[in-house]
Amino acid sequence: MLERSLNKKIFSDDVEQQPIRKGYGQGLLEAGERNKNVVALCADLTESTHTHLFRNRFPERFVQVGVGEQSMASVASGMASMGKIPFFSSYAMFSPGRNWEQIRTTICYNDTNAKIAGSHAGISVGPDGGTHQALEDIAITRVIPNMTVIVPCDMEEARKATIEAAEFVGPVYIRLARENTPVITTKDTQFKIGDAEVFFKSSNPRITIFACGSVMHSAMVAANTLSEENIGSIVVNVSTIKPLDKRIVEYSKETNLVLTVESHQRIGGMGSAISELLSEVSPMRVVRIGVDDKFGQSGSPAELLEHYGLGTQSIVKKVKDLVKQ
Amino acid sequence: MTSISSEDIKKIEGKAKDIRISIIKSLSEAGSGHTAGPLDMSDVFATFYHSILRHNPKNPSWEKRDRVILSNGHICPVLYATMAHFGYFKVEELKTLRKFGSRLQGHPHREFLPMLETSSGPLGSGLSQALGMAIAERINNKNSDKFFYCFMGDGELDCGQCWEALMHAGKENLPNIIAIIDRNHIQIDGKTDEVMPLEPLVEKFLSFNWNVLEMDGHSVSDIYEKINLAKSFKKQTVIIANTIPSKGVPEFEGDYRWHGAPPGKGPSDVVPKDKQLEVALKALGDNS
Repeated sequence: MLERSLNKKIFSDDVEQQPIRKGYGQGLLEAGERNKNVVALCADLTESTHTHLFRNRFPERFVQVGVGEQSMASVASGMASMGKIPFFSSYAMFSPGRNWEQIRTTICYNDTNAKIAGSHAGISVGPDGGTHQALEDIAITRVIPNMTVIVPCDMEEARKATIEAAEFVGPVYIRLARENTPVITTKDTQFKIGDAEVFFKSSNPRITIFACGSVMHSAMVAANTLSEENIGSIVVNVSTIKPLDKRIVEYSKETNLVLTVESHQRIGGMGSAISELLSEVSPMRVVRIGVDDKFGQSGSPAELLEHYGLGTQSIVKKVKDLVKQ
Repeated sequence: MTSISSEDIKKIEGKAKDIRISIIKSLSEAGSGHTAGPLDMSDVFATFYHSILRHNPKNPSWEKRDRVILSNGHICPVLYATMAHFGYFKVEELKTLRKFGSRLQGHPHREFLPMLETSSGPLGSGLSQALGMAIAERINNKNSDKFFYCFMGDGELDCGQCWEALMHAGKENLPNIIAIIDRNHIQIDGKTDEVMPLEPLVEKFLSFNWNVLEMDGHSVSDIYEKINLAKSFKKQTVIIANTIPSKGVPEFEGDYRWHGAPPGKGPSDVVPKDKQLEVALKALGDNS
């Protein structure tokens, strides 16, 4: 059963496809229209991160730093000190990758109200290859105190998350993806920082699947396929990795078998966060699907998802193996 | 050119002496910390807080205040001592430097001491932050008369991020950013000329579209005149403060090994460790 507010065409071949990063661009523009203190910075990637929408509408509130991601984080910190709400964007590998320390010291340690948008995160960045595919960004951001980490599952959720981040007081990291992915949610779908919602639930679930970001759709298609073979599941959208929704424990206890799916290293990401929580509060088996301690490479998004075991077929197979055991 | 009265010079020199004595005492009490930089910047900080900075110690969050960004956060003993001697908090609190629970953290932390503008320590971020503040201020008020002062170290200029900020500021052309470099020619591992040579430094700043001035970091009148001259340019200006590391204690002066040691733990070949506090206080004219 699909959560009722979701796009009814999720399982159709002609489901609408949009890039998650575009939702950031739209959300940033809307946030800027609502609040004149919202400002934007970018490191020479305005079109790619969709920051150009804000830049074109509010040129006096936009700062171009060129390829200077380290300085960008601290410039944002300085602007926030003066009451602005800065959103700064680049590819996730460069921000928070390159400027991790500046984010830690001048934003989180200072508890500064700055927002980091890391685009092109995950394996299916595609042809650009491994240097541009951030697979470690959830790990390095969730580990910093005062940081909130959001991984929207589609363009619409990214739009809502950006608008809400502008109203939220404190450092926020929003993880975005490059490629087109199915639009899962609708304008009516609730989004709240800190909430993990059930997107799909069978009547007799055997396994709880937690997914986030661009692979959310694959997880849902897998669950739908499995339900047709009488293997029921619960699929939860973990759109906030930090802080983790405590209901994750309840969802897990319904089946006592957990699978996590993310376009990120298996080490340190959303799956690790959920393992940490469950092992302390309600120990049970947690199996993580993700990139298995390897770097990415060039390829089409579909080829890469297949190769690294993140696609629908891999999820279906994994669930079947687990429920057999 | 604006000049300063001899009466004010005397007052400031008196403050600088008090600041130096407090630096030595607080570092000795702490048992760790940096001596050379704080001592060599005492004259600049005393002049600045007495006669240049627009501020209100009794209202540290006064909206109209100029902003002071200490990028080379390790020299915070001079910032803390200056703030104390100009009325931000009691001088006795300086004894708590680097201690557990103190507002005076080993490297400045805004969350513990809210009257600071930034937290710092790792080097390289201050100028970016100052730039961000000035850009935000320009959005709010193009005709703002606030100034944004960023204090930096010369060794700190090894950091790439400094040059990102310098280049960016060269593009923004703000009339109210002034960077002051503690040019003491030392860093942790030795003289800057040996570890990572910086010269030709003036030419580097000029090529990044900054005005450049040099000042004698130990002459109150020169400090006063040069900072005011920089303000009058209404263009991003860097002032190279030529300083002698550990200025004020001749037995420590010029020795890079005092960069990161407190009195009592400094190099023992010139002054034995157990005499370092006494020698320093005597040199500074402390009669207590």
